[in-house]
Amino acid sequence: MSSQSSPGKAAPLKRETFSSRRLFILSAIGSAVGLGNIWRFPYIAYDNGGGAFLIPYLVALLTAGIPLLFLDYAVGHKFRGSAPLAYRRLHRAAEPLGWWQVLVCFVIAAYYAVIIAWSLMYTIFSFTEAWGDDAEGFFFGNFLGVAEAPGLGFDFVPSVFFPLLLIWAAVILIMVAGIRKGISRANAVLLPLLVAMFVLLVIQALFLPGAAQGLNAFFTPDWSALADPSVWAAAYGHIFFSLSVGYGIMVTYSSYLKRRTDLTGSGMVVAFSNSGFEILAGIGVFAALGFMAQAAGTGVNEVVTQGIGLAFVAFPTIVSQAPFGAVMGVLFFGSLVFAGVTSLISVLEVIVAAVQDKLGWGRVKASLVVSILVAVVSLGLFPTATGLYLLDTSDAFVNSFGITLGALVTVVVLAWFLRRLPLLSVHLNRVSTVKMRGTWMVLVSVVVPLALIYMVANEFISKISTPYEGYPGWFVGVFGWGMAGGLVVLALVLTLIPWSRTSKANHDPEYDSLVEREAKETAL
Amino acid sequence: MTPVAITMMIIAIVTVWGGLALSLLNLKRHPEDEGALPEEHAPEL
Repeated sequence: MSSQSSPGKAAPLKRETFSSRRLFILSAIGSAVGLGNIWRFPYIAYDNGGGAFLIPYLVALLTAGIPLLFLDYAVGHKFRGSAPLAYRRLHRAAEPLGWWQVLVCFVIAAYYAVIIAWSLMYTIFSFTEAWGDDAEGFFFGNFLGVAEAPGLGFDFVPSVFFPLLLIWAAVILIMVAGIRKGISRANAVLLPLLVAMFVLLVIQALFLPGAAQGLNAFFTPDWSALADPSVWAAAYGHIFFSLSVGYGIMVTYSSYLKRRTDLTGSGMVVAFSNSGFEILAGIGVFAALGFMAQAAGTGVNEVVTQGIGLAFVAFPTIVSQAPFGAVMGVLFFGSLVFAGVTSLISVLEVIVAAVQDKLGWGRVKASLVVSILVAVVSLGLFPTATGLYLLDTSDAFVNSFGITLGALVTVVVLAWFLRRLPLLSVHLNRVSTVKMRGTWMVLVSVVVPLALIYMVANEFISKISTPYEGYPGWFVGVFGWGMAGGLVVLALVLTLIPWSRTSKANHDPEYDSLVEREAKETAL
Repeated sequence: MTPVAITMMIIAIVTVWGGLALSLLNLKRHPEDEGALPEEHAPEL
């Protein structure tokens, strides 16, 4: 115990840790399981071969998702820092990668919270079926009050603003409480609750008339899809977004792990839990869509949808028609809220940890300043009549040119320029049960970059050839391209800001002694 | 449900949830090493 105060300098605070491996795993699952598992996976699988999609999906999981997850774990755990500090310790020149990821998280957190706020309101609406018999008109008209055309307005919508404020207040409390009392506890409560609620939802959906037709549509394989490259691209794309890899979250969370932790063994549990939840979501969503199709007297293909359309148009319709619909609504929208909150806190932690490290601030100060700053941006831009256009645009561009492009640059820099994979592989194998050697390095340095290049190129071509969603050029230019490019410029600027004299980058006896010990162990 | 859809559903559940069961089993067989926290072994501080 370092109770003696070192002379001259005040002893810096020890890095927070997850108190057990179980809590780390729960938190990492909480982060990975988000809205995408519920509202994106079922549609992607259906649209890309149904049951046959399982093959590209599992291949993508094993050849790209899990290897990339372990890369994040290795960087965070070996270099024991927030994304910018961990990459800086890996190599000075790599620091901007960390800031890029921090900024991506800033953008995501700002709009992600808004969707949680909608879900919160819809949990309440489920009791009264506030949408009447026109779920679509209600959502875009009465509830969001969406303006005719995209733009930047400050025409606030109170029915979104106040629930959003509530979400931010709750999230700020969790962030201030720290890793053990905040993030661990929130996940230990919310994740089991989410799973229980979702299982009940799936059971209820399976008993609806028409559920079997929905499951037929979801699982019937279209084997010809396997010959289609775009199906494989969809599988790799989905795996990247679903596992929350490549934008700092897993680097940050694994930096709070104790030294001797089975990284790969824990990671396998996280990855398969995430996929397990997706399969469950696919069953639940398609059973419900089968019921909706039967009630409307149409085919399942007429009612399938994803994202906002699934959650806020199709599901309200199902809630209105199903027996015990209110229960179903509460289970579904409540699940969205819980899945969203556990992911949102992991995204915010990336920023909080980075600010703590760079400025040498304590937990409370850093989490308050960061969360309030993100909350102000979130509350200022999104609960407005034009907020939906902004959300849609920032989501599309930050996914393509923040997460995907950022992951590509990070992997290429680490594997090909700095050549750090052998070092990271040694670290992974030091204490882990599932060993990562040559195959892992080939997957990370060849398969992952190739998949990412294909995705980035695809996105670039589609977004440059037609203006996104037909929105005005200036709007996409500023909030799409401009925002995505701005993140890169700002990442470089943040790198140039010197690290505080009290920051861990300059004085971290805990980390130094660790490096020393590992060097000794290796020499033995 | 059609036989082919049922088959694919079973395969999906077995592979993904089976993978989860296996990874949980692997973790159980290697219990957490509680010691070796850096702060507990830093005599030079």
